[in-house]
Amino acid sequence: MQALIDSLVANCSSLQALPVSLVYAAVQALVAVLMFAGFFAPLAAILVFVERRVAGRMQSRVGPNRVGPQGILQSVADGIKLLLKEDIIPDLADKPLFRLAPYLVFLGAFLAFVVIPFSSKIVVADFDVSIFYLLAVESLVVVGVVMSGWASNNKWSLLGGMRAAAQIISYEVPVSMTVLMVVLVTGSMSVQGIIGAQGAWPWEWLIFKSPFTFVAFFILFTGSLAEGNRTPFDIPEAESELVSGYNTEYSGFRFSIFFLAEYANLYLIGSLATILFLGGWQAEPLVKLLGVQESWARHLLEFATYFSKVAALMFVVIQLRWTLPRVRIDQLMSLCWKYLVPACFVNLLAMSLWMIIMASAPAIVPLVISIVMATTGFAAFGYFFMRVKYHLDYAKAEITFNPLS
Amino acid sequence: MTYFNNILASVQTVFEGMTITFSHLFRPPMTIQYPDRTARPIKETLPERYRGFLHVDTSICTCCTLCETSCPIDCIVIDHGKDAELGKRVMTRFDIDEAKCMYCGLCTEPCPTGAIAFTREFEAATTDLESLVFKFINKGDKIVPYKVVKTKKGGDVAAEEAGA
Repeated sequence: MQALIDSLVANCSSLQALPVSLVYAAVQALVAVLMFAGFFAPLAAILVFVERRVAGRMQSRVGPNRVGPQGILQSVADGIKLLLKEDIIPDLADKPLFRLAPYLVFLGAFLAFVVIPFSSKIVVADFDVSIFYLLAVESLVVVGVVMSGWASNNKWSLLGGMRAAAQIISYEVPVSMTVLMVVLVTGSMSVQGIIGAQGAWPWEWLIFKSPFTFVAFFILFTGSLAEGNRTPFDIPEAESELVSGYNTEYSGFRFSIFFLAEYANLYLIGSLATILFLGGWQAEPLVKLLGVQESWARHLLEFATYFSKVAALMFVVIQLRWTLPRVRIDQLMSLCWKYLVPACFVNLLAMSLWMIIMASAPAIVPLVISIVMATTGFAAFGYFFMRVKYHLDYAKAEITFNPLS
Repeated sequence: MTYFNNILASVQTVFEGMTITFSHLFRPPMTIQYPDRTARPIKETLPERYRGFLHVDTSICTCCTLCETSCPIDCIVIDHGKDAELGKRVMTRFDIDEAKCMYCGLCTEPCPTGAIAFTREFEAATTDLESLVFKFINKGDKIVPYKVVKTKKGGDVAAEEAGA
């Protein structure tokens, strides 16, 4: 990023008159705005549509397919509807807090996008402690959720807000410890540094480095689901229990802010897991194969790798929503404090021991272990598809009934 | 020990559940996208004796007005009288208010020729209630009722009709 700005300044004489730090700041701000308006906001809108179609097919129905060709303009229609709705603020609600709350939740999700990379050189802000910054900024969501629950002057919203606070704060512990483990292993707190310590081949990813990082991936994934209020942990916005939890009293534009923040968080969940465990944008062999080391096509390729991994994880998150029932609040708390946190502690200790042992072992041993783990991982993946095929073969007869035939 | 059994059970069940939902992505959905994307028009899938709107075939109506008198809601209105020009009995109005009709079938039972009968038509949702009054004789038309041919028992009706 720095290099790009330097080359820009060198080429354009009028910019050299301004102080350098101002140019850097202005270009970064511009890039952030561009990324937000051009990538993340449309992505959230598209994700809503994809979720509804995928959810429909998983439930043996179609999903929205009328608005545009195959229904792709559904998000546009929803956006227009939300913008045109009347902005209702309950009479006894705490007005300043009510107005402020959606923007805090929104900030919590979108501030984190500043450190999410697109490729090896394209990231809005690459600094030494980006992962730490990401974790810190995610916590803003709690403030916004509790604020909206309280300011709505509604018992159910308050309940939703309190439960959300308990949930998000509790699950930050396993997530942070997993991130700590990754920092321990890679030795760097910056996002680009963590991805740089991994490689493109599956056995070079952190997830297959040892059984403990494998477990850590699932702990991180579960914790992130809870952070993002996704089913099975969507008690704060439990659609069938609390009407809509903390966002019950919101309508129109304010609701769309909550909505957009939730779906942007989805991308963040996928991103976090990909950056920390799945090798991010690493695509060196592919780059060499296509011979695009020193051109913009390299960045495109790396972005494609990164995005496909994130998309696969986002699909898994969406599928989980329509597979698992919601957990009770006490089950949620016991899962966090009795299962995930002890597992994190054990993991951290064991991984540290592992690193000490592997440091004095011949170099081939970690590689062999990684390859064995990668093979087992992909075998489990293959077993998944075998079971899918089994279900398709054996369940067919009862399901396809066409009353019009 | 239950602790580890819990972990194992949750992993197994989540895995199995995900395979099931994933398999559903490859099954055709069960949605019938009425009204424009159905396999056949719904009308044709209904049983033959389905009680849709009433239809009157005025070419075989004998103007006996048994349907009018049997209707418990008085939704059938038939105007008939001697026409000065033709010198015969004619029908000038045959209205059925399909919105009032309760589809009991009491009018179709006594009809001697089966002129009034149920169809399988049901799609007539409208914003104007007046448009549900079906007029089977246009304004100003005069329909001569069908003449019932008396036949011998066991006789050939078609031949007698052709002759008459």
